[in-house]
Amino acid sequence: MHPARAWRGRQQRYRLIGEVCSGCGARLFPPRDVCPACQRPARTPYPFSGRGEVYSYTVVYEPPAGYEEQAPYIVALIQLEEGPLVSAMLTDVHPEEVYIGMPVEMVTRVLHRQGERGVIAYGYKFRPLLRQALPAVASAEAARA
Amino acid sequence: MREVAIIGIGQTPVGEHWDKGLRELALEALEAAMRDAGVERVEALYVGNMLSGQIEAQEHLGALVADFAGMHGVEAVKVEAACASGAAALRVGYAMVAGGLADRVAVVGVEKMTDASGEAITVALATAADAEHEGVHGMTFTALNALLMRRYMHEHGYRREDFAPFAINAHRNAVHNPYAMLRFPITAEAFAAARVIADPITLLDASPVCDGAAAVILCPADQARAFHERPVRIRASAIATDTVALHDRRDPLWLEAVALSAHRAFQQAGVRPEDIDFFELHDAFTIMAALSLEACGFAPRGRGVAMALEGEIFREGRLPIATMGGLKARGHPVGATGLYQVVEAVLQLRGAAGLNQIRDARLGMTQSIGGTGATVITHILEAMA
Repeated sequence: MHPARAWRGRQQRYRLIGEVCSGCGARLFPPRDVCPACQRPARTPYPFSGRGEVYSYTVVYEPPAGYEEQAPYIVALIQLEEGPLVSAMLTDVHPEEVYIGMPVEMVTRVLHRQGERGVIAYGYKFRPLLRQALPAVASAEAARA
Repeated sequence: MREVAIIGIGQTPVGEHWDKGLRELALEALEAAMRDAGVERVEALYVGNMLSGQIEAQEHLGALVADFAGMHGVEAVKVEAACASGAAALRVGYAMVAGGLADRVAVVGVEKMTDASGEAITVALATAADAEHEGVHGMTFTALNALLMRRYMHEHGYRREDFAPFAINAHRNAVHNPYAMLRFPITAEAFAAARVIADPITLLDASPVCDGAAAVILCPADQARAFHERPVRIRASAIATDTVALHDRRDPLWLEAVALSAHRAFQQAGVRPEDIDFFELHDAFTIMAALSLEACGFAPRGRGVAMALEGEIFREGRLPIATMGGLKARGHPVGATGLYQVVEAVLQLRGAAGLNQIRDARLGMTQSIGGTGATVITHILEAMA
């Protein structure tokens, strides 16, 4: 990947910044500039919370070039809490622990490397919602509520 | 607009052609089609292909194939729409004849996949998806289909084994197709035990990597009898598109472009789904076959797999599919597949499908799906009385 191509995607890949439609208010991720619902411009940046749940998932055993060292890895469709679906890898979790509906949150990780001298591309992946994975924190929060 | 007929067909066996390159494969199919039609020259040539630039470092296939086929000076271009490239090339050829711009048109679909390594093929096929938002996350084409299949099973309560009839039917039909790649039957037990590629997709849900070429010759329908005694009329030709990225769809399990292109095709032909005698669908993965049946209106939502389980997709069923082996067992040389489907439909409509013949086949439908449903091309073909 050319450095400029990685750099162009920095807002969405590192910070999960999408867009909001000036017409109907739809929140869009990935950013796409024209609202698919009402065809009006959607160029106002909108930061997504990074929380969502697993809509579907699978494990890739035969990776494309550049992803070999991560294989086997889990890819998923994540339904963000604001509505949109997004494609991403799951991380910090074993395949047998994943289920449809699992709460997840966005983290920034290495997406792929291109050899010794190539760009190391970073971007979003999703991991199980950390608060849920730590019973002590979850119960403390529940007690406060 | 003029009515358009198919007056010649040609195909190479689908498989691993170590001894033939892109141009030799294309020529073999083209020569067979021109011989079948009794045509010596055409005015235009359209080449359907997806991967030549990536795998063979060769683009500019219109001129390349025309040159190699000795069609000096002819109008020729390559048409690309991912896995629907072959059908897209047919659509262009159809439009040329229907619009009166040409009287003899050749359309060939060709793909050479076996010159590349498995990893390179995986990268190349993933270009049918959204590189910026799917490919970069390590998404492969098989993975995208696996995401659909798992969600479908979750929503509709099917098991993995329930998809077996799609593969069993395809393999059964490939046995009697001399051009098919995987000419052996498979059992439900073999399906259940097959090696997982991307859970829940196994080797027996997926179509194979292969080489092949298929071609047709078109002319105005009112001239067709001069060339072939059993011409086939193109009753409908329709393309529709959807988002390239699966995640951009409001409902990933509803293939909107399938519904649109099938609806447009039914309208053009003035027929209803129940009028179709057989359907060459895009069974690149078993899940795609199920979703296609549903969005076309052949099965209610969530019942595509049930339709297969009830045996309706078999040769003697209500709507035979993959009658010559489908993508699963004939093979899926991506850019050529759309034309293999049409060549096979023509064989059925001519009554020349041998042991796979659908009795009294009059109206056949073919459908190619590019990507996970971003480009969908439907044709309806009819035996000319």
